[in-house]
Formats: sequence, C-alpha cells, structure tokens
Amino acid sequence: MTEGEIVTSVSAPVFDAAETRALAASPTGAHLDADRVSAWFGANKVLERVSLSMPPGTVTALIGPSGCGKSTFLRILNRMHELVPSAKLAGEVRLNGQDIYASGQPITLTRKRIGMVFQKPNPFPAMTIGENVAAGLRLTGIRVGRREREALTEDCLVRAGLWGEVKDRLHHLGGSLSGGQQQRLCIARSLAVQPDVLLMDEPCSALDPTSTRRIEETIAMLRDQVTIVIVTHNMQQAARVSQQCAFFLAEQGTPGQVVESGATKDIFERPRDPRTSDYVHGRFG
Amino acid sequence: MTTLIDLRPPGSAPEPEDTPRAIRKSLSIPDHLFRWGSTGIGAVVLAVTGAIGIFLGYQMVPTLRHYGLHFFTENQWNPQLNILGIAQVLVGTVEVALIALAFAFPLALLTALYISEYAPAWLRAFLVSMVDLMAAIPSILYGMWGYFLIMPHALYLSRWLNEYLGWLPFFHVVNGKPRAPVFNQSAYDSSPFIAGMIVSMMVIPLACAVMLGVFRQAPLSEREGAYALGSTRWGMIRAVVLPFGRGGIVGGTMLALGRALGETIAVLLILSVNTDLKFRPLENGGVTTAQLIANYFGEATSGQLSALLAAGFVLFAMTIVVNTIAAIIVNRGRSNALTEI
Amino acid sequence: MTTFASAGPPEVQPGGTSRPAGEPRDYPRAVTQRTSEYWLALGGSLLGSLGLVWLLYEEILPFSGTVGFMICWFVAYLVVFAVVTATAHPLPIVLDRMWTALITGAACIVGLALVSTVVYIVYRGWPAVHHLNFFTQSEDSGSLTGPLTQGGVLNAIAGSLLELGIATAVSLPLGIGTAIYMVEVGGRFSRVVKTVVEAMTALPDILAGLFIYTFLILLVGFQRSGFAAAMALSVMMLPIIARSADVQLRVVPGGLREASLALGSTQWRTVWRVVIPTQRAGLATAVILGMARAVGETAPVLITSGFSTFMNVSVLNNPMNSLPLAIFTAVRSPDQLFIERGFGTGIVLLAIVLILFGTGRFLSRTKVARR
Repeated sequence: MTEGEIVTSVSAPVFDAAETRALAASPTGAHLDADRVSAWFGANKVLERVSLSMPPGTVTALIGPSGCGKSTFLRILNRMHELVPSAKLAGEVRLNGQDIYASGQPITLTRKRIGMVFQKPNPFPAMTIGENVAAGLRLTGIRVGRREREALTEDCLVRAGLWGEVKDRLHHLGGSLSGGQQQRLCIARSLAVQPDVLLMDEPCSALDPTSTRRIEETIAMLRDQVTIVIVTHNMQQAARVSQQCAFFLAEQGTPGQVVESGATKDIFERPRDPRTSDYVHGRFG
Repeated sequence: MTTLIDLRPPGSAPEPEDTPRAIRKSLSIPDHLFRWGSTGIGAVVLAVTGAIGIFLGYQMVPTLRHYGLHFFTENQWNPQLNILGIAQVLVGTVEVALIALAFAFPLALLTALYISEYAPAWLRAFLVSMVDLMAAIPSILYGMWGYFLIMPHALYLSRWLNEYLGWLPFFHVVNGKPRAPVFNQSAYDSSPFIAGMIVSMMVIPLACAVMLGVFRQAPLSEREGAYALGSTRWGMIRAVVLPFGRGGIVGGTMLALGRALGETIAVLLILSVNTDLKFRPLENGGVTTAQLIANYFGEATSGQLSALLAAGFVLFAMTIVVNTIAAIIVNRGRSNALTEI
Repeated sequence: MTTFASAGPPEVQPGGTSRPAGEPRDYPRAVTQRTSEYWLALGGSLLGSLGLVWLLYEEILPFSGTVGFMICWFVAYLVVFAVVTATAHPLPIVLDRMWTALITGAACIVGLALVSTVVYIVYRGWPAVHHLNFFTQSEDSGSLTGPLTQGGVLNAIAGSLLELGIATAVSLPLGIGTAIYMVEVGGRFSRVVKTVVEAMTALPDILAGLFIYTFLILLVGFQRSGFAAAMALSVMMLPIIARSADVQLRVVPGGLREASLALGSTQWRTVWRVVIPTQRAGLATAVILGMARAVGETAPVLITSGFSTFMNVSVLNNPMNSLPLAIFTAVRSPDQLFIERGFGTGIVLLAIVLILFGTGRFLSRTKVARR
C-alpha cells in the first residue's frame, strides 16, 4: 500500500462536477506543534509528555486502543480540554509558532482557527441546514452579505460532499438528516469559519460504511486546504486516509503517551516498537 | 444430529390458528384491600378538591341572580349601598400581576442564566439553595420589607417616571405635582406599581427554578459544538441554551403569573383599596381580587358573601388556565423530549 | 523511519507513573480564559464611569439620591466598557462582555433583595426579640402597645405549631396516599384525580381560607378557631404534597418493583417496604417543604381563625392566634411598639421557616451522599 492511497469502490466516480470545481486551490493549512503536552483530570494524570508535529498538507492519524488519551490530546489542541472543571495541562501547543495557551491569546480566535468535528454529530436542531452551515459566521461575528453567505454555504457543502443531497432543502431543520449527512453537515459548518486546522474525533465511528467512505473522500479532498488531525479506532481507516500516524498507548495504571510516530507506511510496515507491531497487526486493541 | 421441525406434515389439514388464552389475575386479600383503599383515598381527595371548585363556581348563580350581569361591569364595591361589581377588581388584579411579571421576568431569566452558565461550580449548589430559600420565605415578610423599607424609596422612582413619562396615560398620576417643592407623597404611595414590585419578589424564585432546571439540561454536545466554532459564551447561550430552554422560559413565566394573580398579603399591606375604574399603576390606590376578599369578608351579608365567592371563582379560573398552559408548555419543550439527535 | 517519543521505552516508577529517566517532573500550568487586557479594561471602565457620573450627577442628569447614582454608574460603566472593548475586539466579544455584566448585575440585584429582606427583618425586630419574655409570655401578660419587657408571642407560637401539626396530620396521609394511588394503581380514574389535584395546586391561598370559612364556619357552624385554620392549611398543603410525592414515587425505577413482585411479594408490601423506603428522604423533604410553606401562610388563617391575645390550646373553640396573624395585626397598627413586636414575631417565623427548610435540605443531601 502506498502512502495516502484511498480505497474507493470501482463503480461510481468519486466527485461530481460541482465538487471537482471546488478542488481549486485555497491557502494551505497551518503548522500545528504539540510540545511535551501532559494532562490531568484532578489528581489523575492521563497524558504524559506528548510531542507531535502536524505539518500542513498532511492528515495525521492518532491511533491506539481506547482509553489512552487520544481524544484528550485532541481536545487540548483547540482548548476544549479546559471546559472540564478539573482539567489541567502542561506543555505548549504552537500554531504556526505561537503558543495558543500563552496568556493574551484570545481563546475564541484560537478555536475558530482550529476547528473540531465530534464523534457524535451535533448540528443545532433549532436551525435549518443553511443556518447550521452559517452558524459559525454568526457566532464569531464575521459579517457577510446575503449573496456572499449563500455562496459560502454552497461552497462549504460542496467541500463536505453534501451539496448534491441537500441543495433543495436548505430550509429544512438540521436534525432531519441521516447520521452520515449530519456529520457531513457538521464538517461543512466547521469549514465555514475557514479554519487552518481541522480536528476530527472518531468522526465515522457512529456511521454506516457508505457514509464513512464519503467522509474519507472528503478528508482526502480537504487535505490541501486544511491541516487535518483525526483520531480513529479503525486501523484500516488510518491506513487509508493519513500520511502520518502517532500510536498512543496507556499501560495499566500509567498515563497515555505516544509510543511511536512517523509516516503511516512506516508505522504499518516497519514499526520499531513491539507494541506498535502488536497493535497494527491486531493482536490487541 | 439436528432435528428438523415439520410445521405441516404433507397432506394433513392446516392447523387451527392459535389464540391468546385468558389469564385470570387473582389478587390476594391484602392486595384487594390495598387497591380499594388507595382508590378510596383518591376518590376522597377528588371529592374534596372538586367540591371546592364546584362550590365556588356554584356561587355564581346567586350572585348573578342578585346583582345581574352588572356584577362584571360595575367597579364600585360598596357593601352599605349594596352596589357590587368586580370590574376594577379584575383590572387591578391583572395590573398588579403584569407589573410583577415585568420585574420578575428579566430578573428571573438573567439570574437563572447566571446560575447555570456563569457561576463557578462550587457556588452553584449554594445559589440553587438560595433560590429555593427565597421561595420559602413567607409572603408576609416580603410585604413588611416592601412596605417599610422599599416603599419610601420607590416613591422617588414613581415620581421620576411621572415627571418624564407622565404624558403617557399609563404613567400619569393625578395630583402628582412632580415639580412641586414639597413632595406630594400621598399621591404615589400604596400604588399598584409598588405592590407589583414586591409581588415580583415572590414569583422570581418560582420562575427562576423552572428556567434553571431547563437550562441545565441543554445538551453538552451542542454546547461544545458552538464553542468549537469559536463562539463566545454569550454566543453559545443564544445559539444553544435559549432555544433549548424556550419551553421552560415561557412555562416558568406563566407559573409566576399564576402565583402573582393570587397573591394576597403583600397586596393587603401595600395597596390601599380604591375601586375607581382606572389603569394608572403609579398612582395611589387600587384593588385586587384577593385583597377584596380579605377586606370585606367579615361584614358581608350572605348575598355579598356569595359575590365574594364568585369573584374568587373568577380568580381561580384565571389561575387554573394560566397554570395549565404553563404545564403544557413546559412539558412540550425539548427538555422532556426523549429523542436524541 | 518512525520516531520514538523518547530515547528509550519509559521506565515504570513506583506509584504507577511512567516518566522517561532523567527528565524533571512536570506540573500543570495555569490556564485562564481572561486575559490581562480584560481586567484592565474592566477596572478602567469602572473607575472611568464612576468619575464621569460623579461629575455629571446632580448637575446635568435629572436624578437624585443614592439609588439613582448606582443606576447611572452601572449604565455608564456598560457604555464605557463597550466602547473600550469595541476598539480592540470584534462584535461577539463586545456583546459577550456586555451580557456578562448585565447577567451578573441582575443576579446581584436579586441576591441583594433577598439579603436585605432578611437583614431588615432582623434589624427591626431585634429590640423586641432579645427580651426573654418575648418567648415565654403571651400577649395578655402585657399590653400590646406597652413596653417590650412585658408580653410575648408564646400564644402565637403555640397556635402556629398546633395548627401546623393538625394540618400535617391530615394532609400527609391523604397526600401520600393519593400519590400512591396515582402511581402504583393507576388507571383512567387516577388520571382524572391527577388532573384535579394539579388544578388545585393553583388555588390562591385566600380562596382556601374563604372556602373553609363559608363551609365549615357558616354552613356547618364551627367557630372561628384553630381547627378551621388547620383545615384551611391542609386544603392548601394537600395538592402540593400529593404532587411532590407523585414526582418522588415516579422516580423509583420499575425494575425495583418487578424485583419485589418476582420474589412473590404482594403489591401492598412492595409499596410499603420497597418503593417508599427508597424515596424516604425525598418524601420527607417534600412534606417538610410543604410544612415550611404552610407555617408562613397568612391569608387562610386570617379568615378562619380570629386574632386573640391569650394563650389558647383548645383547638375547637375560640380564636387561636398564630405567628403570621400576629405579625399581620401588629404591622398594620399605627403604634410603634406594636410594630416592633410585629418585626420580632417576624424573626421567630423566619427562624422556624429556616429550620424547616434546613432540615429538608439536610435530608435530601444525606440521600445523595449515601448513593
């Protein structure tokens, strides 16, 4: 398997004409660096000095068994970790060289630049599909005229691979879509605020295989525009979509840490640590 | 070796359909007693509570027979001359209740938002207890606080409102003389405005508790979704908490309205009885149904007593309607929905 | 080539943490959402608006008095803070700060009102309360308008406790019994009962009193007495207790009942020995909070029991004084000393309500801790 190849079905074409147009170049994403990040919940340490570099133009996958801190690490990257009252952290997270946790950094701007898609789709049920996509604009105070907003909505839905299915019902409520469609709506919503980085926390774990495939196609499409970091339980998915991987592990009673990281191909074919090898070959998980 | 199940051996007649069998539930004697006893208690309670409603409603008959439909259009309540009417009484009841709501709605909503969204976690349980404590304090104590402490200061507010907004009939005060060198206090004291202010203290904890209960149920996933987009806390509240809590906000307010309509003691202490047909809350004097009953029950003849009961029935009907609408709205809201997106 | 997270596999230290050898311990860093700019802007706006209002107050603005000053200062603070924030931040942040200030301010107003009520009552009633005779004598031992060293509210306390006791004795079994009927037995009739009980919680307190007055006193012939007042109180308490108990009983999971029935128990035993004990604390809290509300009710007792100054423990005859009634009569009078007695009585009533309230809270807290 070569680096970054996407497994697609043989029959249908991947993108329709509108979506191909949307592949036009946008500015590439930003460089995200985690430097010796540790995390606690109260007195319980859950992450031990994780350092990871996530360059633009790449999809980084965080793999490992459940409960070893992958989601916690992801939430630290966009300052969602501190929403929990007992949460604490050490270390730095640098976006294009700037530590996002330095005092003086506006937190809302950080979260706008580093977007997140959650495991369970969470569109705003009181808003229509169109309003959901544009919700981020209203919430961050970006002012756009109506025509611009409609164009942006269409663009984001195209990039998320949802435009064809909803273009006639933008005024229907957000909760009326299927699970896979809701998740793509959430992706479109995150894209509307033009983030530099997109964090995805097991985005396909609650979805059926067809929706999963669609979302993986979307990830591949977005790679050049947004730096993507994805947490996944599914090793085959990591192999399909990512260019670099980090393997997290928490041995019994110890905080989670990165055992090994590097190019996806190397992690899967030439792992250096025996635990990595055991995991990618399915001997535990 | 496995066994095949032959549903229909070849050549045989089709089997008859199977039907459910009747199961007789035979209860033991203690259970029979329990069920009959409980039903009996339920019936007694139903009879007693229903009787109250029916009894009050029935009083409309002698009242209307005695005083005719003028009962609803006459504003004076003069027992000596036997001229009775509840026109101003109804106006006054609604007036005081609406003023109470005008104070209570924003304060209850913002306080509920503070407790559920802004207060630090260690303070939250304490604040919720304080809201419940506020509801437990007897209304007579609020009445005393209002009459002795608040009213002397609120008079200035009334005068200020009359001075600058008195050209609107709602804010006007007869004999108000806002610019006179000597403050004409008697024109402003004991007004429905001040009574409404004090009644609002009693209904704020009611509305606040309902709204608080609903806000705390707003789903975390939606909140995180808003934050992850880069929203501020207020942006998240507007996008997630308030739409989610709509049922609780309206329901809690209606519950407060129901309570405000029936409040007696604070009004008795503060408002001075005046049955002139008017709608000027800043001005001295007014009357509400509860106050009317409390004032006149002692010397009422039997016919007048029926009239008081009939007035009470009208009040009761209002509070039932308001409370029922409130219950429906709160139950219809999303916080009771079992669906998960 | 892949990289390891550190030079070698981490060693396991005693105590369960794993740390690469040779590196110092790491400690959590302080993370705040409020930048220093925020506090500077806040403090600066407070001071600036204070100065502004101070200068302009009496002269230019058409208000007077301390309250007006505070209001003006708050409004000016909002405006200044908004302008300062708008120079450096986009609109959502300006709105966020404005609403934070407004919401916090509203909560402070409500808190202040609550505190000032309690403090004022205690302050005005203190001269009466710190005489011991206030608690040991009844009003007839001294004159109502006489000096505070004579006379007291013992009769009112006794009256309140008697009336409360009778009302609870009546409404507790009926209320909980109705709730048991509605939850455990169910059926169409119980839905009718439930609707009617819900409607009765909306009954204004004065109507409960008026009903008892008309029915028991005029029609049936009882005197205005403590018993009548207790009946009026139970009319008020019954629907509230029934509804709270109904909520409490519904919380019990059906699995518990099924487990008991599967063991062969009768429904009665299930309710008495499983359902009710599970919710014992919750039910007790509901009843106690109902009592706390009833003891402070003035309107029903105003109509059904008369005011009296002497100690009367005979429930069926003669007017019986109670705390809310004593307060009401006292504060309506024009006599200063009598008003002070009224406030002193208010302190007693407040204390009883607080004790009941605290007990109710304590019971429900114990339940949570036990889980």
